[in-house]
This record gives sequence, C-alpha cells and structure tokens, in this order.
Amino acid sequence: MAHFEKAKSVNEWLDQRLAVNTLKRVLSTEYWIPKDINFLWAMGMVLAATFGLLLISGIFLLMYYKPDATLAFDSVNYTIMSEVGYGWLWRHIHGVAASVVFLIIYIHMLTGIYYGSYKKGRELIWLSGMGLFVAFSAEAFSGYMLPWGQMSYWAGMVITNLFSGGSLEAYGLVEWIRGDYVPGDAFLTRFFMLHVLLIPLVIIGLIVLHFGTLRIPHVNNQEGAEIDFEEAAELYKAGKKKESKVIPFNPVFLSKDVFVMGVYFIFFFYLVFYHFNFAMDPVNFDPADGLKTPAHIYPEWYFLWSYEILRPFPKDPGLIAFGIAQAAFFFLPFIDRSPNVAPAHKRGLFFVWFWILVVDMIVLTILGKLPPEGIFNTLGTIAAVVFLLLGPALFVITKFEKKL
Amino acid sequence: MRELKILAVVVFFTLVTYWGVEPFAHSQMHKHVEGQEFIYNGTADIKGAEAALEKAKAEGTDTAAAQAKVEAKKAFWADVEKIAQLQGNAANGEAAFATCLGCHNGAGVNMGGVIPPNLDHAGSLYDKNYLIALIKDPAMASNVDHKYEDTMTHPMGSIKGMITDDQQIADIVAYMQEKMAGEVTTKEAFDEACARCHAMRYAKTTQLGDTPEFKHEKDALAHEIKVLEEQELVKTYMGKLPPDLSIMIRARSEHFMETFVENPQTQLAGTSMPRVGLNKEGYEKVKTYLEEVGDPSKPAREAIGPWVILFFVVFTVLAYLWKKSQWRDLH
Ligand code: HEC
Ligand code: HEC
Ligand code: HEM
Repeated sequence: MAHFEKAKSVNEWLDQRLAVNTLKRVLSTEYWIPKDINFLWAMGMVLAATFGLLLISGIFLLMYYKPDATLAFDSVNYTIMSEVGYGWLWRHIHGVAASVVFLIIYIHMLTGIYYGSYKKGRELIWLSGMGLFVAFSAEAFSGYMLPWGQMSYWAGMVITNLFSGGSLEAYGLVEWIRGDYVPGDAFLTRFFMLHVLLIPLVIIGLIVLHFGTLRIPHVNNQEGAEIDFEEAAELYKAGKKKESKVIPFNPVFLSKDVFVMGVYFIFFFYLVFYHFNFAMDPVNFDPADGLKTPAHIYPEWYFLWSYEILRPFPKDPGLIAFGIAQAAFFFLPFIDRSPNVAPAHKRGLFFVWFWILVVDMIVLTILGKLPPEGIFNTLGTIAAVVFLLLGPALFVITKFEKKL
Repeated sequence: MRELKILAVVVFFTLVTYWGVEPFAHSQMHKHVEGQEFIYNGTADIKGAEAALEKAKAEGTDTAAAQAKVEAKKAFWADVEKIAQLQGNAANGEAAFATCLGCHNGAGVNMGGVIPPNLDHAGSLYDKNYLIALIKDPAMASNVDHKYEDTMTHPMGSIKGMITDDQQIADIVAYMQEKMAGEVTTKEAFDEACARCHAMRYAKTTQLGDTPEFKHEKDALAHEIKVLEEQELVKTYMGKLPPDLSIMIRARSEHFMETFVENPQTQLAGTSMPRVGLNKEGYEKVKTYLEEVGDPSKPAREAIGPWVILFFVVFTVLAYLWKKSQWRDLH
C-alpha cells in the first residue's frame, strides 16, 4: 500500500485518497470557458437542472405509482393527485419538466447549429448530444404510457405499429415489442422498466459522456474564434482578467448560469402552478379503452414535427421519410462541408438555410397536430418535402461556402 | 443589448409554436358550440330538428317525419312559453306535487332504467322553463324524444297522462321554486342531477349513492353485486354505461362541459344522455363538485404558487448580484 501521512483536515484526508483538489481544479476552477458567450450557453446547465427536477420528482412519483394496467390510472390520478401530500406538485413538476426539457433541448441544439459548434473537434459533443436527444425521446414516450389513459394507449398503439415496417408487415416484431397482440399489462410493465431504470441509466451515462466530450475542445464562443486556452488561462491566473479571453467555469461562468437558471425557474414554476394543461393532455384523463378510438390521436408537441414528416406520404415512403428525419441530425457534422466555425450570420447562405430550418420545423410541428385535411394536408406535404431537401441543400451550400 | 435581442427571438418562436399547437390546434379540432346561457326555450332543439330536415332533404330520405318533428318541437316550446306566463299558485301546487312523490320517493328503486332522483332542491337547481317542459313531456324537455316512438314510454313519460292541465303545471313549478329551493351543497347538486347515471369512484359514490363502509367482506361484495345490477339497468336504458365522472373535469374543457350539460346533442349528436336542465347556479354547484373531487389541488396550488414564484424571484435577484460581482473586472 502507498504511504499516507496523518491528515490535518477533512479536505486533506479526502485529497490524499481521492485527489479532490486536482479534480476540483480540472473540472471546475480551471475548466476554462470563453468569455465571449451569451445566455444560450447556459442552456446546457439548464438542461442538467431540469433533468435533476425530473429525477427527483420521478423518485417521489415512483413511491406510489402502480405498474399494472388495472391500477395504474387510479394510482396516478387518485392516489398521487388526491391522497399523497403534495403528490400533485410532484406530478405537475414531472409533467411540465418533461415537456419543457424538449423546448430547451431544441433551443440548445439550434444554438449549436447556429454557431457551428458541431464541427471539427466537436463532433463527439454533437453525437453524444444527439444520443441524449434520442434517449430523452424514448424516456418521454415510455413515461407517457404510464398513466394508462386514452392517449397513452392509443399513442402506444400507433407508434408501436410503425415497427411493422409498412409493406414489410412485420407484425411479429410489433407483437414482440408489445409482449401481446395489443397494448396491455405486459406492454405497460416493460415500458415502466424502461422508464424508471434502463433509459435513465443510459441518460446519466450519456450526460457524463457529453460533459467529457466538452473538456478537450472546450465550448464554442459567439464569434467561433479559436482560442489558445493555455495562454489565455495563464493571463487570467496572472490577474490580467480583462486581457484574458477565458473565465473559469467555477465561479465565474457558473454565476451567470445560476442567474439564467433563476429566470428559467420563474418561468418553469409559473407553468407548474398556473399553466400546466399544455403538458398534460386532457384526453389522457380518460382511462385507456381499447374499444374507443379517440377522435384525434397525436403525439406530444415535441414529436409533432417528425410525425408530420410521416403523415402526408403514402405508407412506405412515409416511413422512409420518417426514418430519415429521425437520423438526419446525427449526420450534421458530416453533411456540413464548410470548415468555417462561425455564427450563421457570417456564413452567407447558411444563414438563410438555418432560418428555413427553424421555420419549417415550427410549421411541421403545428401541422402535426392539426387534422390532416384540405389545406393543412397540402401545407404538410410541402413542409415535409422542404425538410427532406434541407439535407442535400446544406451539403451544396456549405461545399461552396467562402472560407472565412 | 445583444442578449435581450436573442431572448426576444427565442421567446417569439416559442410563443408561435405554443399558439400553433395549443389554442389554434384546439380551435381546429373541436367544433365550436354556442353556449345558451342556461336558457331553455327550445331554440337549439328546433335548430337541431331543422338541420335533420335539411339532411333528410339532401339525402332524399323521409322528409315528412323530419318536417313533423320540427313542427312538434316548435309547438311544444311555444306551449312551454305560454305556461311560463301563467301565475303559479304554490299552495295548489303542493297537492299536485304528491303525484311526483309516487316515483320520486327516495326508496332507491330503479324505475325504467334509473332511480328517480331526489327532488329536495329541484326548485333551485333546475331552470323554471325546463321544469315546465319536463312535466309537460320529459322526453321532449330533455331532447331525447328521438329515442321514443311514443314519449309516454320515457321512464317519467306517464306524467303526461297524470298532469294534463297547464295551470297545474305552473302551480307545481311555483311550489318547487318556493319549497324545494333550500341551500344546496355541491355534493347534493351532483347527487340529485347526475348521480343516478354517473358513478364517481374517487368520491366513493355509485348509482346507488355513497358506498358505506362494510365490516365484513361478504357485505361489501353483496353491495358490489347490487351496484353491478343497477349499472346493468342503467346500461340497458342508456345503451351504454355512462362514464365515471371522477376526473372528467380535467378530461374536458370548461366550454365543452358547460355546453354539453346544457344540451348534450350539440356536442355528441345522437347521444342518449338527456339534457339535465340545470340553471346557471345549479351548474356552477355541480362543476364545483367535479372540481373538488377531480382537481382537489386547486386551492393548494393557488395558495403555494405565489410563494414559490416569489422565492425564485428573490433567488434570481441574488444570483444576478453574484454574477455582477463575479463579472465586474472582466471587461
Ligand atoms: C312515473 C314515475 C315518475 C313520476 C310520476 C315523476 N317522475 Fe320525475 N323522474 C322519473 C324518472 C325515472 C326520472 C329520471 C329520468 C332520466 O334520468 O332519464 C325522473 C327525473 C326527474 C327530474 C330530473 C330531470 C333532469 O333533467 O335531470 C326532475 C326534476 C323530475 N323528475 C321532476 C318530477 C316532477 C316535478 C314530477 C311531478 C310532476 C315528476 N318528476 C314525476 C320518474 C317520475
Ligand atoms: C340519464 C342519465 C344521465 C344523467 C342524469 C347524466 N348523464 Fe352524463 N352521460 C350519460 C350517458 C349515457 C353518457 C354517455 C354519452 C355518450 O357517450 O354518448 C354521458 C356522458 C357524459 C359525459 C361525457 C361526454 C363525453 O364527451 O364523452 C359528461 C361530461 C357527462 N355525461 C356529464 C354529466 C353531468 C355533469 C351530469 C349532471 C349534471 C350528467 N352527465 C347527467 C347519461 C347521463
Ligand atoms: C438533454 C440533455 C443535455 C444536457 C444535460 C446537455 C448539457 C450540456 C452542457 C452543460 C453543455 C455546456 C454548456 C453549453 O454550451 O450549453 C453542453 C454543450 C453542448 N451540447 Fe449539450 N446537453 C444536452 C443535450 C444536447 C443535445 C440534444 C445536443 C444536440 C444534438 C447537444 C449538443 C451540444 C453541443 C454542440 C454543445 C457545445 C456547445 C458549444 O460548444 O458552444 N446537447 N451541453
């Protein structure tokens, strides 16, 4: 065994055994962040905080939830909402956070796209981020099954049906996923397992990976400037804070993050107390009934854009388009051929491309919820085609982009 | 300032998306039904019959029957209006009201599909015109006449043969409005207006009323069987078991609930649920009860909400001061 001196303080005792001082330096006080950033760079920490809220509120809900097709609905809507002290608060926090986390994820992703933060050296940040997006989507979907309301049942039915692969008619696969011919008890309990164990584990792993991938390339900055972090850090440590282009994560960057989180929490708790209905669909307050199809079946708002890419086309092309939409963002770092790391407004046509993407995704989102009739159907088809063309368009635009 | 500009862009796109998937989408998904301010004068019923006539014409089916229906509805509601003008005499009404007690006797016996409701607060829960219409012809009043070849066969239909005089109807209604008009609790309002059809399991009531606490499992099971038998009868009468209303208040919009109770046909054409005929105060009581059971955290939300928000406002101000002090010598 190595030699240990008697420690004079708790900190020293821990340092001897765990190198806490080094860890603290590497992970926080000397983890350098560019100074030239705006509040959008706090979205990552806002996401981490929201995940924390989901985890804590989820643990409380888990104490009373019953994963059983005959008990689930009432355990949520009666036991938790009426009998358990503050059960309603945990449920509203959980529901609102599950919805708002996607708003922040989309803002965070679009920030990355706008500032070119997925390029050269930062590809893994982007890929691990996309991994998180997929894991969060699976988490949200599996969670939506748990109250076992009408929308749980029918959304579960529609989405698992997609796995039949259109004309492939792979109903065997669908049944394998459901554990039954139709969603039932087996279906509910496996989604329960996924929601409270497997996917959260994956998410926590991915968050660690995501943070890890940030450490070497460092986060980007508003101008996309390349920074010599060693040199800038020396300047900062020498007290030349004004001249240095960087700041330490803790406490300087963190102080701004915490302020942004404060503003976010005001908004968040306003929703929790006064405006939660958008996150808890009324249809899901009717208990699951396999004999009564709801008049309108739609996914939660954050899945609507990809749902709308599936809908306007015939069965097979629709599924293929849907598959492409799910995977498209993974390939962004490789489709973008321009070496420029710069904000979109300095990248000519890319700027136009970016705003078309934003507007198109919003149009798809809105149309995804509307009944697919008449003008909405036409608009939906156009918006879906535009989305599919955005990929090749990006390749061409960035291929010819002027080097800055 | 640049950060505020960025924030404005983010907020703008967020609000557009919100508007699109919430208010706008819902306005497109649900047809709009005009409320009637809880006034029952047959306007909606006649309109519905006229729409059916138009449809019959367009489809070339039996227009004579549809035409007759329009005429019958017009005549019926005109009569109701006439009776409403009569001066009712409560004292005379008391004697005639005995007819009603023959069925509305509190014995809890099913009659033609449901247990006739307790009428203790009928005078304050129901609209005057509606009560007149109900005594004149229950099926017409509650807009479910399409279910009957002869509206006499409605479970309360025989009243048509028992009370035939207009003045008598006015007297009974005057009596109810004077004597059966005490203060109603929200639970009583629900029990009298909805509970014969709708169970409310979160409030432990069934079509047989509040479920007692049983000492012995045997008794509990025996009660359960009685409930199932009663539900069987309601189901036969209505064609389906009316849904449990425990958290219906969160499953339907406020506007839907209100217009549905006023006239179920406008929201669910052809439904077997009768119009209930509540007046505005009566409906408010029922709605409050549905909220007390289905959304019981409302008072707690309203009490705690401001404090939580205040906490985060203070938190944010302190965080801002900390940020300011940390960033002071950076620029
Ligand atoms: C033949 C038995 C019978 C008689 C007599 C009778 N009722 Fe009824 N009444 C019923 C039944 C059964 C119902 C429930 C009908 C339903 O739910 O479809 C009912 C329902 C009602 C309702 C509730 C209606 C609603 O819209 O919710 C009122 C009010 C009422 N009766 C008043 C009276 C009055 C006043 C009289 C006397 C003039 C009377 N009833 C006589 C059987 C009777
Ligand atoms: C005579 C029986 C009867 C009475 C009394 C009655 N209902 Fe209903 N109700 C029904 C039936 C039957 C249905 C199912 C309708 C359908 O699905 O067509 C129903 C359905 C409903 C629904 C669900 C509608 C939907 O969108 O599916 C609501 C809400 C409702 N009733 C509220 C009430 C309220 C509130 C009252 C009391 C003020 C009441 N009902 C009194 C028979 C009744
Ligand atoms: C949902 C869980 C997520 C968490 C907790 C998270 C957390 C973070 C944090 C703390 C940062 C550093 C601070 C910042 O720049 O905001 C960051 C940066 C980044 N994240 Fe995420 N993130 C998540 C999801 C995603 C997703 C879905 C993507 C996109 C696919 C993504 C892509 C990125 C990129 C590209 C950066 C670097 C930004 C830059 O260099 O400026 N992240 N993330």
